[in-house]
Amino acid sequence: MLARRPRVVVVVFPGTWSERDFAHVAENVLGWECRTLWHLEAELGACDAVVLPGGFAHGDHLRTGAIARFSPIMRAVEAFAAAGGPVIGSCNGFQVLTEAGLLPGALMRNDHLQFRCDWQSLRVERPERAPAWLGDLANGDVIRLPISHGEGRYIADAATLDGLEREGRVVLRYANVAGEVTDEANPNGSQRSIAGLVNERGNVLGLMPHPERAAEAELGGTDGLRLFRSLERWLQEQPAATERRL
Amino acid sequence: MRWLAEVHVALRPGIADPEGQTIGTALRSLGYETVSEVRSGKLMSISFDADDESAAEAAIGEMCRRLLANPVMDTATWELRAEQTDADKAITA
Repeated sequence: MLARRPRVVVVVFPGTWSERDFAHVAENVLGWECRTLWHLEAELGACDAVVLPGGFAHGDHLRTGAIARFSPIMRAVEAFAAAGGPVIGSCNGFQVLTEAGLLPGALMRNDHLQFRCDWQSLRVERPERAPAWLGDLANGDVIRLPISHGEGRYIADAATLDGLEREGRVVLRYANVAGEVTDEANPNGSQRSIAGLVNERGNVLGLMPHPERAAEAELGGTDGLRLFRSLERWLQEQPAATERRL
Repeated sequence: MRWLAEVHVALRPGIADPEGQTIGTALRSLGYETVSEVRSGKLMSISFDADDESAAEAAIGEMCRRLLANPVMDTATWELRAEQTDADKAITA
């Protein structure tokens, strides 16, 4: 039982741009403890969850996330994830997770070549596969989160896609407001409309949308809070998670 | 010895390449109607030191596997040649 406020670490690479939004939501909206950590650090310190935020780490040069994955802090993030610690990668953070091999597949240039910045409806599937991040959501829920990316087209080979579907690891799909997954509702050409997936163990979530930008009604929506509230509740139910030091 | 590798990273066959498709459309609109396909990629020229050709081959192969190409979407091919350094030129002169 977590008897204190959740402690979250937000990793900052050169070119990251969403760390302040995450920190604002963690500290001012949720009342959590939050530290931003420069990518050259080798240790996370005491924390309950790790955020890889959006942005353009290392200028997106070579490929998105390709250089960030070799930053010293990523060894600590990998160890934290391997120990079952909750990790979320949003947008550029999702791209870093795939390059690091923590999640399968890759994210490529949007099929229409345009940067897309908009509100997007998403269908929640198999939330029980990502209990730390989606535990408060139900299968078939439709949530609305902002997207903001030029390279969000999820691709993987057919065997990988079939494996993800079989294991219930596709937890967010681009959908219309009715929750129907259609080609028209897919903003970037992602295969099978994949917007978010989890690792095998279910503790590492990668998603292109930005939950931190949907945490205050004044800014247009609060569905992002449902992910953070899920984490808070999950941490309270995990006695072993309270004193992870990696 | 100094080596120069010209590394060509291309998208795997079958991976959609919207950039290449857009370039192809532009070429056809300029009147090059015979253009049937354009695939985009990256060319990187990498100068580095290695003892001999097999060591240079091994090094560039490792660079491609670890960083330059993502096996999910890319293939990498390269041409390797010995490069004359200033010290080599001085000896020849």
